Amino acid sequence: MASALINVPARAKRGEIIEIKALISHPMETGYRRTQLGALVPRDIIRLFVCTYNGTEIFRAELHPAIAANPFIVFSTVATESGTLAFHWTGDRGFSETESVAITVD
Amino acid sequence: MCVVVLAASASAGEIPRAERRSGYDFMSRETRAMQDDDTANPGMLWVLEGESLWNKKTGDAGRACAECHADARVSMKGVAARHPSFDAARGRPITLEQRVNVCRVDRQKAPPLAYESRDLLALTAYLARQSRGVPIDVAIDARTQPFLDAGRATFYRRQGQLNLACSQCHDDNWGRRLAGNVVPQGHPTGYPLYRLEWQSLGSLQRRLRNCLIGIRAEPYEYGSAELGDLELFLMWRARGMTFEAPAVRP
Repeated sequence: MASALINVPARAKRGEIIEIKALISHPMETGYRRTQLGALVPRDIIRLFVCTYNGTEIFRAELHPAIAANPFIVFSTVATESGTLAFHWTGDRGFSETESVAITVD
Repeated sequence: MCVVVLAASASAGEIPRAERRSGYDFMSRETRAMQDDDTANPGMLWVLEGESLWNKKTGDAGRACAECHADARVSMKGVAARHPSFDAARGRPITLEQRVNVCRVDRQKAPPLAYESRDLLALTAYLARQSRGVPIDVAIDARTQPFLDAGRATFYRRQGQLNLACSQCHDDNWGRRLAGNVVPQGHPTGYPLYRLEWQSLGSLQRRLRNCLIGIRAEPYEYGSAELGDLELFLMWRARGMTFEAPAVRP
């Protein structure tokens, strides 16, 4: 799947607050649903989302079954320096996705 | 119980052209915001995947869609807004999904994609995205008229255990509520769309089947003539309205 959609402003002024949006494709199976025949559908969710800015962690979220499919997370940070914003999702069944976006800070 | 139109009361009839509104107008502000922002619209995940499928060689012919159709942004603009369209080989109008499979089988020598499969949804989402902003315009002529009439007949026919016709909710009672939800007019302006209830992207035929199940009727099969005719009628009914795929709906 084209797994993730990230939205980060390409350029920002030093000290400016920027909004970051991250949308990832994932079924987020809660583990509470049952099939037509009554069998439990096992839990399969993203458990952790971490964002690092030039290697320093700036945002972390622990996700639980209540989060809907294709989790959409929006947060903000202060633009300090040019570099890379890296996004990492990990979850059940060895799920692991990483996306990186470059940002230029004037 | 739900709002039921009694046979005795006068039906409102066809919605006047100027009063036609997309399901978008009946949604909450938050859901509309989700649709309007391509970075927040979950349907865009399928559009992006469709784009990579468009460029991927496939089938025994080892051919990608892009090899014949080049840049979809140009070649496919308006195509989704003009489907279902008449196919001479099959002697009837076919849907966008069926058109994709015709190309896959005939030109790429690849097996057809199953209805509601991830790949078919991704490709149709990508194609539909290229028609965003285009007015819906299905061709009705001597060849397609019988199919339009069949679709219209289905729309106005009472069906199922609840013995309801599509028109009774979507022509006569749009804007009112059924089980707490606002009844839209039922125009397919945004398909395939991301339905929050499905937690996934789905086709118009999936939605039509859900409606049929809702009135406790046997749902027509995916790709059936009945659903194809109904799709043609619904697109004709929405002629001139702006295509807004991939939409988000509650």
